[in-house]
Amino acid sequence: MEPDKAKMAEHFINAIPHCKALNMRLTGIGAGHAEMELPYDKRIVGDPETGVLHGGAVSALMDTCCGAAAMCHPSSPSGTATIDLRIDYMRAATPGQNVRTKAECYHITRSVAFVRATAFDDDDSRPVATATGAFTVQRK
Amino acid sequence: MSRNRPEPVQVVKQRRDAAMSALVHGVPYINFLGIEFERRGDELTAILPFDDKLIGNPLLPAIHGGVTAGFLETTAVIGLAWSGLWGDIESGRISLESLTEGHLPRLPKTIDFTVDYLRSGLPRDAYARARVNRSGRRYASVHVEAWQDQRAVLFAQATGHFLMPSKDE
Repeated sequence: MEPDKAKMAEHFINAIPHCKALNMRLTGIGAGHAEMELPYDKRIVGDPETGVLHGGAVSALMDTCCGAAAMCHPSSPSGTATIDLRIDYMRAATPGQNVRTKAECYHITRSVAFVRATAFDDDDSRPVATATGAFTVQRK
Repeated sequence: MSRNRPEPVQVVKQRRDAAMSALVHGVPYINFLGIEFERRGDELTAILPFDDKLIGNPLLPAIHGGVTAGFLETTAVIGLAWSGLWGDIESGRISLESLTEGHLPRLPKTIDFTVDYLRSGLPRDAYARARVNRSGRRYASVHVEAWQDQRAVLFAQATGHFLMPSKDE
């Protein structure tokens, strides 16, 4: 990432207390695209027997990443909020591995942004989860 | 007279509350968000006490959409597990000792979860209740409603499908 974009990305995450609490990182940003990472953390485990992360933490990652993708669409909305978000859980994320997600705002109207995202652990060939959502578009 | 004398109320309550506590407090993520459950008979209400780390939009401020999703998913999973365990807890087939020792029953697994954000989550406590609309041997469908100050004014609702743990596991 270019230095100015990286700085903006850091600022974006630090401004969101919940993302900061989960140590999320914005790893890539472009026109209608965003990439984020959630480090593995024992505090957000959903199944204590296996150490698998809770779906809620993956939801937070994907929701933020989808929102970021909508925000950086070339039509540059000034703000956004989630209208609805559906997450499909394909498999459990491997314990100990970070969860990475890529989101794409594939269509935007005057008032709605349509976004989809896919999440992976270290294995790029088998997604952990996919998400599709609709977001509000706030005009300046 | 064949009818057994009912158990003393304290015994019943202690067993139910211990089972609930073991189920909820055994999961790190539920503790991280600070979710608690209140039980009235078999009816559960999930409570999410407000905390600064739950904020997603500091300007409003509003609760993070991911927190809302996690809160509703937790309410659905615990509600579903609880309705399945109720019979075993009442009959004593699941013993209090094994639960408090951390031998937790397997929880249902989320297949998909769709959250409908109706209004922004205000910086105050949130509540949620789950309704199991269908629970079969393998699959279940659960609806969840969440509100803050007014019960009739929902700030989010969700529907999810779950894979039930196999009985012989």
